[in-house]
Amino acid sequence: MKPTTALLSPHRSALLGPLAALALLAGCASPSPVAPTAAAPVQTAAATPVAAAPAPTPAPAAAATGTAQSSVSTVDLAARNAAASTRSAAPVAAAAMLAAPTQRTVYFDFDSFAIKSDFQSLIEGHARVLARDTGKGMVIEGHTDERGGREYNLALGQKRAEAVVRSLVLLGVAERQLEAVSFGEERPAAQGGDETAWSRNRRAELKDR
Amino acid sequence: MRLVTGLAGVAAYNPGDVMHALPPPQHNHGPPAAWNRRHWLQASGAALALGPAAALAQLRVEITGVGATQIPVALAPFRDEPAIGTALSAIIKANLERSGAFRIIGVPPGLDERSTPDLPAFRGQGADALVAGSLTRLADGRIDVRMRLWDAVRGTDLLGQSNVVLPADLRLAAHRISDQIHEKLTGERGVFATRIAYVLRTGRRFTLHITDPDGEGGQIALASPEPIISPAWSPDGKRLAYVSFETQKAVVWVQDVATGARRVLADFRGSNSAPAWSPDGRRLVVTLSRDGPAQLHLINAEGGGAPQRLTTSGAIDTEAVWSADGAFVYFVSDRGGGPQVYRVAVGASGGGAVERITFQGDYNISPAISPDGRQLAYVSRQGGAFRLMLQELPGGTPLALTDTRDDESPSFAPNGRLIVYATRQPGGDVLMTTTLDGKIKTRLLSSGADMREPAWGPFGR
Repeated sequence: MKPTTALLSPHRSALLGPLAALALLAGCASPSPVAPTAAAPVQTAAATPVAAAPAPTPAPAAAATGTAQSSVSTVDLAARNAAASTRSAAPVAAAAMLAAPTQRTVYFDFDSFAIKSDFQSLIEGHARVLARDTGKGMVIEGHTDERGGREYNLALGQKRAEAVVRSLVLLGVAERQLEAVSFGEERPAAQGGDETAWSRNRRAELKDR
Repeated sequence: MRLVTGLAGVAAYNPGDVMHALPPPQHNHGPPAAWNRRHWLQASGAALALGPAAALAQLRVEITGVGATQIPVALAPFRDEPAIGTALSAIIKANLERSGAFRIIGVPPGLDERSTPDLPAFRGQGADALVAGSLTRLADGRIDVRMRLWDAVRGTDLLGQSNVVLPADLRLAAHRISDQIHEKLTGERGVFATRIAYVLRTGRRFTLHITDPDGEGGQIALASPEPIISPAWSPDGKRLAYVSFETQKAVVWVQDVATGARRVLADFRGSNSAPAWSPDGRRLVVTLSRDGPAQLHLINAEGGGAPQRLTTSGAIDTEAVWSADGAFVYFVSDRGGGPQVYRVAVGASGGGAVERITFQGDYNISPAISPDGRQLAYVSRQGGAFRLMLQELPGGTPLALTDTRDDESPSFAPNGRLIVYATRQPGGDVLMTTTLDGKIKTRLLSSGADMREPAWGPFGR
């Protein structure tokens, strides 16, 4: 699946009224310009509630305007995804000339990205499909178990995915049909703090693009 | 005692702030009529009263070592706190206690910044300093937060401030006052007005949060159905870089905190991760796998231009952090077998000499460098446990700062005095802060969800 790289369209902005009026109010003892920043707050398109705001203050006689220096604008991707047109994550290859193997997961030993012989036929099966249909693409997603650092595991998962890609290329698949990505430890297949769960998470998944 | 007396300059803040120093009190306001020594003795032993709007403390100060010299400070509730609805003095008290450098003595209401308190009486009750103040709502709806700090030992007025803020910034005003008190009495900048970013996972929902260092005032910068990792503050505190999996792979984004505007910084072939801002904010180091295994690359903060390779090993190089002077990038590499911390000199045309920094243990990751460049914090695997370590540079002996087993992601406060990190407790991950000697730790409680990836933001908001 081709990842989106375009810039997001700007959110709708709420424009601030002029701040000069505030400086004229007699209540302010200081002659300095007002505190709020010049940046306009941007309202997100989503209606998802934001985390709890600071303790509410009684409604003032005159409402204070301007951007609080503590303000953080929320970007909610879940709401935006729901509103956008649906795009399935892994379209199923329909009526392939050669049926792809149903097995799509290669498992790895701890701290290793070597492809064990048990999975050779699985990879060969997918290589045959891809070699015959050069318009078909695959994303190989590498994963690790939960032990260790997130960034280091992201890199380890990448090495696992790339090991599978290398094997496919050696079997005649064009590199441009393949992309290796990694989820590190972020997308476990099994929960649990023991070797049973860990062994099911040390994997590379082959997905149609 | 380490009191810093005299009316030296206060900590610098943003030029747009409406803040000015208060002159010494003109009038001789006596203490409130009902306030007498007996009342004071009764009140000093009691906990400081919390206003009705005070957030119930979501943090617990756990002092595990022998208390270091703590400066005793008497703190009065600010006049009109309950009416305005924010218990400023409670926030200040919690801040000062959490730093481990202060012991707060409660004072009954009645004082404000215009008072002329009986300083010898406070000294007699064990206080070295006294803080009082007030909140006043202005006609435009903003709040004038005023405070005064007295030196009870020398009987002088140390500091007076007025800070006019929007109601939404009242917590920030309390944090700034805490910083001023901290700096005036210890000589060191406080970090109470800084912010910490972290990621929260609740089920299949990931949120990037920004919180005050007391765990309160949290706001969400990004909510996503896919993981978010490695948040990194720009040096001016206005932007966050992070890794998002929203497009089904690791991509580095940069987001403006106040406006929410965001753009992709790195989306090359494979995984893009571990963003680290240069001290001048103009470049980032990112980990890219576009040419094979993970390697460090330099990329312009504004985008544009090709990434410039910084490391050239055939191994995994990742988790870059810059030295404060921008001369070195510390990183993790497994070029020697297992992951260790190295550093590379940043030259005009990419990377220069590489030196190894960690030598003890076979798995050392997640480096963080103190602002003065003298301390390295990192996570070391010892047996099956992942433990936060601190090592003096160059060549010091590593010291374990915790006795927990699943520490991750250390990040220094900008004054170099505290480290925030994530660790695992029964019920979920939590964020902790620790002093550099490991003696004073505080826990930012979560609701049972997983909190991880803390990043301490810079000074100045």
